[in-house]
Amino acid sequence: MIRFAHASKRYPPGMDALSDVSFDVAAGELVAVGGHSGAGKSTLLKLIAAIERPTGGAVLVQGQNIGSLKRNAIPYLRRNLGVVFQDQKLLFDRNAFENVMLPLTISGFPPHEAKRRAQAALDKVGLLARMKAMPIMLSGGEQQRLAIARAVVSRPSLLLADEPTAHLDAETAADVARIFLDFQAVGVTVLIATYDTNLFPRARRLVLDHGRLK
Amino acid sequence: MSVWLPQHVDAFRTAMRRLLASPVNTLLSLLAIGVALALPAGGQMLVNNALQLARNSAPTPQISLFMKLDAAGSASEDIETRLQHHPDVKVARFIPREETLARMKTREGLADVIEALPKNPFPDAFVVLPVDDRPEAMERLADDLRTLPGVAQVQLDSDWARRLEALLKIGRTGVLLLALLLGVGLVAITFNTIRLQVMTRRAEIELSRLLGATDAFIRRPFTYFGIMLGLAGGVTAWLIVAAATWWLGAPIAEFAKLYSIDFTLHPLSALDSTLLLIVAAVLGWLGASLSLRQHLGDN
Ligand SMILES: Nc1ncnc2c1ncn2[C@@H]1O[C@H](COP(=O)(O)OP(=O)(O)OP(=O)(O)O)[C@@H](O)[C@H]1O
Ligand SMILES: [Mg+2]
Repeated sequence: MIRFAHASKRYPPGMDALSDVSFDVAAGELVAVGGHSGAGKSTLLKLIAAIERPTGGAVLVQGQNIGSLKRNAIPYLRRNLGVVFQDQKLLFDRNAFENVMLPLTISGFPPHEAKRRAQAALDKVGLLARMKAMPIMLSGGEQQRLAIARAVVSRPSLLLADEPTAHLDAETAADVARIFLDFQAVGVTVLIATYDTNLFPRARRLVLDHGRLK
Repeated sequence: MSVWLPQHVDAFRTAMRRLLASPVNTLLSLLAIGVALALPAGGQMLVNNALQLARNSAPTPQISLFMKLDAAGSASEDIETRLQHHPDVKVARFIPREETLARMKTREGLADVIEALPKNPFPDAFVVLPVDDRPEAMERLADDLRTLPGVAQVQLDSDWARRLEALLKIGRTGVLLLALLLGVGLVAITFNTIRLQVMTRRAEIELSRLLGATDAFIRRPFTYFGIMLGLAGGVTAWLIVAAATWWLGAPIAEFAKLYSIDFTLHPLSALDSTLLLIVAAVLGWLGASLSLRQHLGDN
């Protein structure tokens, strides 16, 4: 599903965020990527989503080489992934339902089917009753769950989450973590970047230290 | 088709929502575009009307030939035969001075004056239709006729109308030039409006890219926005011109009646109206496309 082969990422002017990282993730695995702040966790996820390109080595996602992927092929790669961004990137001028609809609109889903799916995704994260609420009216944990609903609405086979439990109290964090376990249980490959890998005791752990795998 | 159509409908709705989301901005843009387009459109309307007036007033170019007052009746007969055999004359109609006098007497107000005159003040006259009615040919024929014996005066009746027509053709070029300049202005207006739209929607655009939106998907609502802005501006311009036509119609009809000219101000023709809307939409599209190329970039 995912293969990093001696992959490295150097941000200009000369910041090495990842150095010589190699690992494989099989379909259906649950992986927790740990490490200190600035270790390169987000960078690793960004390489998988083709938000950044490797500056050395190779990154393969679902058989496609991120380093040499054509610009016009990137959208189609991204439609097969669900991403929960570290800064969530919710749109604050649309309600919860419209935020979740966006990926489906983008991939050209038939409207009726899209509506059903968006409601199902909101239901899955326990936000169906709040579908008309604007993001600003939601609590931190609810916003986090909304971001998750948007990531899973198009039923991707690969789910990436960047610090989905940050800033949440222990109980809410456990709730959110359970959602990811549920997705893994139905066959979705899940990669979670988190400083608190204890939330995912059954997950395979990859720990980064200054851009290198420990 | 199952994907293509809903996506376009969706982009259209999005564009519509954005237009309505900032009604004041939209209204100001529409006014700016409307006024910019109304100037050449109105100019076109006026020039067309004036051209029509010029043509109606001089339906056929003709030459009037007046005999000397003291010329004998035989002189007129002589001229008549000469005219009938002249190779450049198509038709020559003789108007005897008595006929002119009788006609003038029927004119209200003139009868008394003419009655008071000791003798007929009107000369024998001919109306000449030339074979070749181009201005140069007519001028040559007129010069030729002036040399005939007993002829007092030769007049090109359609002269002023032709000059007016020539002038109006220059006017039409002016309208075209104006349209060109203001068209550039319209492109600049949409360019800037779309630039602002892109700037306020940066977050949405960036997120859409991250969620797998193609360039076409991101551009589409903005392109529709530009086209709709142009089109709505065209409609505004049309309304402005229509209002001006309606406003001017009554006083012009009054004026025309006063001078017994058969003339009513016509609104923009269906063809010109359609053209106006198409040009407006195309310019809106052009402004949007240029702006998107500049501001969406390919990051
Ligand atoms: N766009 C960028 N340009 C330059 N340097 C960057 C950029 N993004 C990240 N970095 C640097 O790369 C390193 C790794 O960043 P990254 O965001 O991957 O860390 P992280 O493990 O996600 O940290 P955190 O837990 O704080 O989110 C950091 O030192 C960061 O300063
Ligand atoms: Mg990070």
